[in-house]
Amino acid sequence: MLVRILVLLYLVGAPALAQTLCQPNASNGYRVRISIKTALGNQAYEWNENEMFLFQATMAFAMRRYYKTETYNVDNIIVCNQTRRVSFWFVVISPENPTMLIPKADVEKAVSALTTRLPCRPMSNSMSRHRINNAFLLTDRTLEFLGIHPTLAEPVNPDTPPWLIVFGVVIGAVFAGIIALLVSSLLQKRRKEKGMMEDGQDEEDRQMKGVENGINLDGIYNRGFTDDDRFTKL
Amino acid sequence: MRFPKLPNLGLGDRIPSHQELERMEKEEAGDRPKWDNKTQYMLTCVGFCVGLGNVWRFPYLCQSHGGGAFMIPFLILLVLEGIPLLHLEFAIGQRLRSGSVGVWTAINPYLTGVGIASLLVSFLVGMYYNTIIAWVMWYFFNSFQNPLPWSQCPVNANLTDLVSECTRSSPVDYFWYRDTLNTSTSIGDSGGLQWWMVLCLLCAWLLLYVCCLRGIATTGKAVYVTSTLPYVVLTIFLIRGLTLKGSLDGIKFLFTPDLNELMNPSTWLDAGAQVFYSFSLAFGGLISFSSYNSVHNNCEQDAVIISIINGFTSVYSATVIYSIIGFRATERFDDCLEGNILALLNAFNLAEGSIKEGNYAESLQNLNGTFPETIQSLDLKTCDLQTFLSQGVEGTGLAFIVFTEAITKMPVSPLWSILFFIMLFCLGLSTMFGSIEGTVVPLQDLNIFPKRWPKEAITGIVCLVSFVIALIFAQSSGNYWLALFDSFAGSIPLLVIAFCEMIAVVYIYGIDRFNKDIEFMIGHKPNLFWQVTWRFVSPLIVLVIFVFYFVTKVSSNVTYIAWNPSSEDFPTLEVLEYPAWIYVIIFILAGVPSLVVPGTAIFKLIRRCCSNKNVYGAEVDTVSAKVQMFTTKMS
Repeated sequence: MLVRILVLLYLVGAPALAQTLCQPNASNGYRVRISIKTALGNQAYEWNENEMFLFQATMAFAMRRYYKTETYNVDNIIVCNQTRRVSFWFVVISPENPTMLIPKADVEKAVSALTTRLPCRPMSNSMSRHRINNAFLLTDRTLEFLGIHPTLAEPVNPDTPPWLIVFGVVIGAVFAGIIALLVSSLLQKRRKEKGMMEDGQDEEDRQMKGVENGINLDGIYNRGFTDDDRFTKL
Repeated sequence: MRFPKLPNLGLGDRIPSHQELERMEKEEAGDRPKWDNKTQYMLTCVGFCVGLGNVWRFPYLCQSHGGGAFMIPFLILLVLEGIPLLHLEFAIGQRLRSGSVGVWTAINPYLTGVGIASLLVSFLVGMYYNTIIAWVMWYFFNSFQNPLPWSQCPVNANLTDLVSECTRSSPVDYFWYRDTLNTSTSIGDSGGLQWWMVLCLLCAWLLLYVCCLRGIATTGKAVYVTSTLPYVVLTIFLIRGLTLKGSLDGIKFLFTPDLNELMNPSTWLDAGAQVFYSFSLAFGGLISFSSYNSVHNNCEQDAVIISIINGFTSVYSATVIYSIIGFRATERFDDCLEGNILALLNAFNLAEGSIKEGNYAESLQNLNGTFPETIQSLDLKTCDLQTFLSQGVEGTGLAFIVFTEAITKMPVSPLWSILFFIMLFCLGLSTMFGSIEGTVVPLQDLNIFPKRWPKEAITGIVCLVSFVIALIFAQSSGNYWLALFDSFAGSIPLLVIAFCEMIAVVYIYGIDRFNKDIEFMIGHKPNLFWQVTWRFVSPLIVLVIFVFYFVTKVSSNVTYIAWNPSSEDFPTLEVLEYPAWIYVIIFILAGVPSLVVPGTAIFKLIRRCCSNKNVYGAEVDTVSAKVQMFTTKMS
């Protein structure tokens, strides 16, 4: 008899107890805000009890991954105060002791990535958040745990900055162009000089003519100015 | 009745006569460079005139001076100031067949100073203009990655948060002021050379050198690409822009006329200045280019065509720019509104989609009525599309901040970024060709370098010296130095030179002789329009603009704007006064080229008085004319 009463009390009391544990602004609880329409637009799904069940299941999953010793279940995630916005509060209770709440810090660790970098497994600890997001087809911005900042992606540092590569290509092309043009200029000049030397005889005749006028003209006689009367204006 | 002119002895001996010109034309004295065909010449001139100013100065002026109404002063001054000056430079270059120093020396030896001033201005402007091209190249090099580096803030050293300087301003601001310029907080704080900027500057000068190596033989080929590509890219951007949301708002905003602005004198002065600088007059480059033409080339037609193309390009690029700015403003407006709506939904736990853009104002009013304190605490931003549209920016701010931000919001951003910066690069490079021409040819004419030095060597030396001096702009404070050069080296001296050019041609060379020359060259005398504008209207307009500029610059406190993360109004730029020693630099930039004009005349006068041999007026020793003759008069 007594046992039956105790069992009844337990069955009735536990949810009630659970409800008192989860309250808005609870010291060990987190508020979650979900923006499905912003994330998915036309393909947005309806938020209902089944989705809530999935949420509880994924949170239990995250807790199990972090605390490998303890086995969390869907009942250990208690949700309350759901609004039309789709935001609600949740707390996590320990599987062994239903009255004990898991501290805020531990829940945060389970959800978000570790802040220290692990060189050999860079993404495994942030996978929890990633997996939670993916379960709902949402992102860090549309599935918010208020109070837990989304971790920043590690900067991708390539060995050579990409701009140096493009710069190298351009400078290489420019140098090639300069050398090609300068060399071709030199070759042209040499060819001209060769050509000049071959008819050097004609040059000398023309030069002799130039000196005759008393005006020393270097090189080719300038045919543009044959007006002799100009110089008699004195 | 002959138009009054100043006495000018020996002019006939210094310049080739019409018969000589005909003879030179037929016998083709081969040493002077020539254009391969008319297209090269037109493309080179169009490239020289159409530059970065058409893309980033004109749209701003248009939008800030009454939109469509600005077209009226712009077009009027284009016709009264731009076309006559352009025709004058083309005609005098074609007639006297020489670069700027050669032309003015031939008109009167005491006018050599005008040519030297052109040389100095071309040199100084070329230095800072190529630095802008170096900046364009840096952005171009950085466009080959996805996502673009200016689309998001970088993470700070501890990986805890985004860099604070970036979050307080914006990723594009941060990339420009920090990653590109690494700007210091004042012009006095030099901050050392930034190695990446030095590399880009080196690349820019080497590229310019390879295109200008052999003078117009190489630039003539390069302009087929550099002068035509910008139009292709502008058209692509126009088509892309028109398919984006909000582009038509931008275009409407640009062209909505506000006729009251026409009463404002600064509208007319800005229009006049824009026409003047946009035509790249007084640099000496146009005179040089035109001197390589055949004698009977129709320079009148060329001047009109190029002016029309220049004006059309300004309007076309303004349309394209503002379609993209309209898109950016709409995106910003949408983001702002979305942020406000989200804040409201979160604060009042309303269902998603209950407040949309359409019912935002109504819902806000309702909520404000019932819960005013909560609304106050939310600190909602005012979202106004007109404010976003009128964040009118010009110059480097437009290209490297506003436009790059717009590009990050477009799909396939790297492609648009690459196209945009290639366009800016081509616009800048084709203008640099004219600058280099305006620097190298006068140096050859002045016989600064020995005659047997090839053109490649002289161009190389000019590029090398410019690069070394332009390292000032690669410092942390380089941006401030560039703004200084832009305000002073490229403004007042050009106006002085242009005014002197007109006085020289009309009153010293003689407008009657000039008319006859043009009749000889193109077959008919210039009509009444040219006579009136050359003699009175254009010099008057240039004089008015000069006086206005001079008075404004001298009377106002000369200030500059600086990027200072620790200032109070950050990210608004801080207004600082120049230190005292800057005034020396300002004098060197603006004063020296202007004073060289009378200075050379005085110098020559003194030299003539001191020496016994009176070498007057017949010494024309220019590589470009290859004429060496002098007469000596016993005094």
